[in-house]
Amino acid sequence: MIDRTELWIVIVALGLGSFGLRFVFLGLVGDRPLPEWLTRHLRYTAVAVLPALVMPLVVWPNATEGETDPVRLTAAGVTLAAAYFIKSVILSMLLGGLVLAGGAYWFG
Amino acid sequence: MAGPGVKSSFWTGVREGLPFLLVILPFATLFGVVSSDAGLNAGEALAFSIAVIAGASQFTALQLLQENVPLVVVLASALAVNLRMAMYSASLTPALGKLPLWKRAVCAYFLVDQNYALSVVKFETERDLSLAEKFAYFLGATMPLCPFWYAFTVVGALVGSAIPTEWGLDFAMPLAFIAMIGPALRTGAHRTAALVASVAALTFAFLPFNLGLLVAAGLGMAAGAEVERRVGAK
Repeated sequence: MIDRTELWIVIVALGLGSFGLRFVFLGLVGDRPLPEWLTRHLRYTAVAVLPALVMPLVVWPNATEGETDPVRLTAAGVTLAAAYFIKSVILSMLLGGLVLAGGAYWFG
Repeated sequence: MAGPGVKSSFWTGVREGLPFLLVILPFATLFGVVSSDAGLNAGEALAFSIAVIAGASQFTALQLLQENVPLVVVLASALAVNLRMAMYSASLTPALGKLPLWKRAVCAYFLVDQNYALSVVKFETERDLSLAEKFAYFLGATMPLCPFWYAFTVVGALVGSAIPTEWGLDFAMPLAFIAMIGPALRTGAHRTAALVASVAALTFAFLPFNLGLLVAAGLGMAAGAEVERRVGAK
């Protein structure tokens, strides 16, 4: 169960922080350009943070108390392959979900 | 100066933003469902969506809140996902930087992936748009996005409380993230960043307080930037 005080601190602080990130240049810095090395790193935040977040959840799922689950691994692999090749987020998720549901049905 | 040009720019924005409903509706609904699964009520889920308006960041924060990691790590990780917004902000500044402060604040609050992508292309290709028309276009493009983000978070939260927990919803969030990562792996540099971050996340999983996530993300970003520097591709 999520602690209510923590939840609200996160909602408010994350809201303010996200606004700050969106406002920092538009509102404060004006049109001075960012240093090249900084934009070069910022370009890769999403593709670095999301996999780093997701990998442990895929390999050691919460639901199995950390035991590697072939069904979940397969579902994740299918989703990634679908997302990479057909570039449809929704369709890929549905495919992964089908594998997960099918696997749970056959082996569960 | 709300002339016909401004009005038509607004509606052009609305029209061009509409296809993104196909992304916004399912994701907002999913966030609502996952929040309700995590024990949030509809009001709390809505507050999350109004305060943050950023799917990946909201999912990250929600996931880490459930893992009982320190608040600093929750915030640092969720904000790291949103670092790209600073880039968007910088990139729109030449076009919108001359607006009055309150209008820049409005743009900043509503700035998300989709209206950024639309606006940056629009302002680049139609350079004769007036400042008022650009602002109107941005607001128009925001209309099919943010209000629906809020509304369908609530829908998801209400639906979610009716879904039994045995449905494997624990894995909906990882699958959503993976589905978001796939299309973003456009170049070798992006793929390297993702691969390095993935391997590092497993390698450094032993670190306390989920610090492995931040270490892995930093290594991934550095790897991506280094490949780009060597190859020269963007």
